[in-house]
Amino acid sequence: MTETSQPAVSVRDVVRHFGRFAALRGITADFVPGKLYVLLGENGAGKSTLLRVIAGLLAPSRGSVEVLGSSNIRSVATRFGYMGHAPLLYDEMSALENLEYFAALYGITDRARCEQAIRTVGLDPSLERRVGQYSQGMRQRISLARAIVHSPELLFLDEPFSNVDLRSARQMTTLLAKMRDQGTTIFVVTHQAALMEPVADECIVLDAGRLVAREKGIPARLLSPYSVEERDALRDETLRRDSRENAEAPQ
Amino acid sequence: MTSAPTLWAITRRSLVKDLRLEWRSKDAINSMLFFALLVVVIFSFGFDPTAEESRKIAGGLLWVAILFATVVALNQTWTREIRNQVMDAYRLSPAPPQALFLSKTIGNFIFVSILEVLMVPLFVVFYNLRSVGPVWQLLVVALLATWALVVNGTFFAALSIRTRSREIMLPLILFPISIPALLAMVDATTSILTGDNSPIFWMRLLAVYDLVFTTVSLILFEPVLNAE
Repeated sequence: MTETSQPAVSVRDVVRHFGRFAALRGITADFVPGKLYVLLGENGAGKSTLLRVIAGLLAPSRGSVEVLGSSNIRSVATRFGYMGHAPLLYDEMSALENLEYFAALYGITDRARCEQAIRTVGLDPSLERRVGQYSQGMRQRISLARAIVHSPELLFLDEPFSNVDLRSARQMTTLLAKMRDQGTTIFVVTHQAALMEPVADECIVLDAGRLVAREKGIPARLLSPYSVEERDALRDETLRRDSRENAEAPQ
Repeated sequence: MTSAPTLWAITRRSLVKDLRLEWRSKDAINSMLFFALLVVVIFSFGFDPTAEESRKIAGGLLWVAILFATVVALNQTWTREIRNQVMDAYRLSPAPPQALFLSKTIGNFIFVSILEVLMVPLFVVFYNLRSVGPVWQLLVVALLATWALVVNGTFFAALSIRTRSREIMLPLILFPISIPALLAMVDATTSILTGDNSPIFWMRLLAVYDLVFTTVSLILFEPVLNAE
């Protein structure tokens, strides 16, 4: 894919309010296909909200979103996968039972494909234990298997490495890199930027609901948590921009 | 194999999944049975009717007990869908939203029917009931009445699932809207048990009620599922 092709995701002036709180404040960006994007920012910066808005789980309060060339997200539902904060799995069913059910929602009735998805994330599909008895890290991996069982072109991952041990996390990033190389567009929300550094194509930094930086790869300064100075600089810049826009806004 | 997910295929899949989950957890059945049994026993202590009086009041007692027990089950129906936010996975999929509603309704119909099969003999014993009218009509009333309770209940349980006090909200919304159905099921049952009047009018009313509320629920379920 070249950068001149149609964007995989296009967001235009997206604003999302929760009551009086603005979680997203006028985000505009295009994301080309076949790249691995990492969304960074502090808690409450709006990363997960942006992902949920793009995936169609939240409607924007203002602005528009186009996914795979369509503003009707349901029409492209078979072409993207989503892994949320929560595992989105039934605790009382085994991994394979969960995957068979969710695959069926996409019209997939091939058991072997579900078994393959479980193997892809490094687990054994013959495990009969129920998901509720799995460790948090295993649940995250099954959750990833659920998100990729229908071979999506576009993948949204919200904190995929939380509670995952380092070795498993590295296996997951290797898998994501492989999927990206095969043409999948991937968005990863994470606080563990260092894990994604070897494979990320671009990082998007959000602060207080605004897109404040967009850079190739993940720059070294973003690998560790923000320094106090950097955080304050980002916040000051956001506040300055807000007051400037408020002053310019027609009364 | 990959094929477009059809309404019935997904309904069947989701129903099998719900039955499997219920078989393993027994959340709904246990709480429903225990609650219904308590109601029957308490009613039997509270009243000491003659056989004739029993025939007159049994319809009301039976359906009120079933309605209360159904609410207990309905509260469980969607709880397992919001645990781990599983409902988001369904919302993101191309599966028809109505399939989820139908599977939940059919599942609840099965659970409440099991409850009725176990409860009715208890009522017969506790209240010394003998039906004067044709018993087959009782079966038709039971099917229509059970569907009326679960189709409404499943819809309103979905509607109240994101509210903080959903256990309270559900009966507050469900009971007033169920009054016509409750009236019809009680009067139809009493008419059959006593043989005084024809239950046909009430049975027709129940059938129309079922048809209207099933249609409306199916139409309105998608916005309810996607409500934030």
